[in-house]
Amino acid sequence: MTTTNRRRIAWIAGSAAIIVLAAILPLLAIEIPGVFPGPTYTPGTLQLLAYAMLIAALALSYRLLFGLAGMLSFGHALFFAAGAYGLGVVLEWFAPSELPSEVVFIGAILITLVFGIVLSLTVGSLALRVGGISFAMVTLAFAQAGSVLIRRNPGGATGGEEGLALDITHVPEGFIGVMNTRNLYWFALGVLVFVYLVVLWVERSRAGHVAAAGRENELRVRVLGVRPYPVKLLVFTVAGALAAVAGMGYLLLQSGAAPRVATADFTLTLLVIVVLGGVGYRWGAIIGGLIYTLLDQRLTALAGSEAIAALPDVLRIPLSEPLFILGTLFILVVMFLPGGIAGIPQRLRTHRRSTALESKETVDA
Amino acid sequence: MSTVILLLVTGLGLGALYFLVASGLSLIYGLMHVLNFAHGVFLTIGAFLGWEVGRRVSDGTWGGLLLSMLVGVVVGAIVAALTEYLLIRRLYERHIEQVLVTVGLALAGVALMEGIWGTDPIYTAKPAWLTETTEILGARIPNDRFLLIGIAVLVLLGIVLFLRGTRYGLIIRAGVENRHMVTALGIDVRRSFTLVFAIGGAAAGLGGVLASVYYGYVSAHLGSSLLIFAFIVTVIGGLGSLAGAAIASVLVAVLQQFANFYLGGTGDLAVVLALAAVLLIRPSGLMGKAAA
Repeated sequence: MTTTNRRRIAWIAGSAAIIVLAAILPLLAIEIPGVFPGPTYTPGTLQLLAYAMLIAALALSYRLLFGLAGMLSFGHALFFAAGAYGLGVVLEWFAPSELPSEVVFIGAILITLVFGIVLSLTVGSLALRVGGISFAMVTLAFAQAGSVLIRRNPGGATGGEEGLALDITHVPEGFIGVMNTRNLYWFALGVLVFVYLVVLWVERSRAGHVAAAGRENELRVRVLGVRPYPVKLLVFTVAGALAAVAGMGYLLLQSGAAPRVATADFTLTLLVIVVLGGVGYRWGAIIGGLIYTLLDQRLTALAGSEAIAALPDVLRIPLSEPLFILGTLFILVVMFLPGGIAGIPQRLRTHRRSTALESKETVDA
Repeated sequence: MSTVILLLVTGLGLGALYFLVASGLSLIYGLMHVLNFAHGVFLTIGAFLGWEVGRRVSDGTWGGLLLSMLVGVVVGAIVAALTEYLLIRRLYERHIEQVLVTVGLALAGVALMEGIWGTDPIYTAKPAWLTETTEILGARIPNDRFLLIGIAVLVLLGIVLFLRGTRYGLIIRAGVENRHMVTALGIDVRRSFTLVFAIGGAAAGLGGVLASVYYGYVSAHLGSSLLIFAFIVTVIGGLGSLAGAAIASVLVAVLQQFANFYLGGTGDLAVVLALAAVLLIRPSGLMGKAAA
């Protein structure tokens, strides 16, 4: 057996073990004070973990854009919002009542998915006509338009500032209510695994290799006779569709959608997550998503605690703002830890090797 | 007719605000190729500290307002210069990382200001004359619009005179044109980076105080909302072009006002469509160099 084969088997076994562990979490009573709000079987913790996994799935789709193809988009939130609001609106307005609920539910998901694909194909084909910073601005502009549209509440469809509440008439019973949070948790885990597999498939495909090559040197790809545009558009569309899938999961989990998920700030959060986790690593996006969501939630809880309230103003005000801490952390990672969290092991390894080399050289001398 | 004039002058006033933010953004991008997401923070901190000082000395008088503007300029310049010196400079020539650092600064800065001054808008007092209106050709125009337009024109003139008439201005203009050539001639362009950041920050800080006059309040999110439109203005005008930024500010703001009034409040969407159209027809913007 070759080393590569052995490594692949070890990798598959490791991934399977992590997925199985994540899947049986709702049946266990693991308590980590300070990290989870309660034991792992309680709905509060499961809700938080499910949310973190959906954010991780969304971050994975963003990494496909930014990390693989090098496209700095400021409009990725648009597709997440398209999934969340799209499914919500379809379920509420276009559901024919004579059909059985299951058919309506599945149909609504498919319609929303098609909507997400068409939307990202349209935006992508326009935005990709320009490159670099202009591309970032066009995506930002489209996302801003989407955000404005959602806040405007056209025809009462999106609920404006209040957000959209999920119409549960056609949603399967297993997904409704606090008692069924564990079903939603498994659903979120399924979404994360699905998104991961699609991302893996795209990255390993020929198109993925061309996209990565275009990120490094677009001119060279052109010289080799490959047109980067269709490949970039494909990656953009797949990333948009995956974001819409994560958005649908978000709607079902939160029983609604808030206009916050369509804003430019939300895309910036994704950028922070991907860079925090490590742009060069698929695992980075997942780790970043989980850590960011848990930190955000726990820091908010910390901000309201008595220990913080007793501090003098100079310490109390910065510590009671989770985004301040996360923003500062992000700056520090960008400046001093270019590989992100997932890059730490690699950094330690190279560091050890180089120090080992240096000491050897001194001995030689 | 009077409606058209009112919309036009109000658009010019709003355009003046956009210009104060966009001028700095455009100069910074032109010279350093950094899209500065922290520019909104410079604006907001200028607005807050200007208001804090102004209200302590004499609230709602011309003296107080002048002092506020002065404080806004100084604070904006200092914060911007520090940002360049402490964060941007260390990531020399790594443009993506530089953008990321400004994103982090924007998130942290807004959160910090929310922590200090709260999330709700704080309503400000202004001199009595600014709350009145003047009648021009039958249109009753709020007086603060004239203040904004006047100051923006002064800032534009000031920056143009500085760029045309001084040695530093010459280096900055040459650096926007071709940075490597300037470096090859033995001039340290990096020193002018701090200067450009300081100028941009000063304009933004002044814009913050004026924005609090225009909107009648200060809030931690004052900068973020203006920043998105300033980005759009900068791209439409052509990144790196001061004249482009000035023209695009007026065009965007006037278009926004007219669309808001005649097309049922679709001003924001009209601006976005205008951006998409400009980028597709002329990717380098109205007055930009060939797409870089």
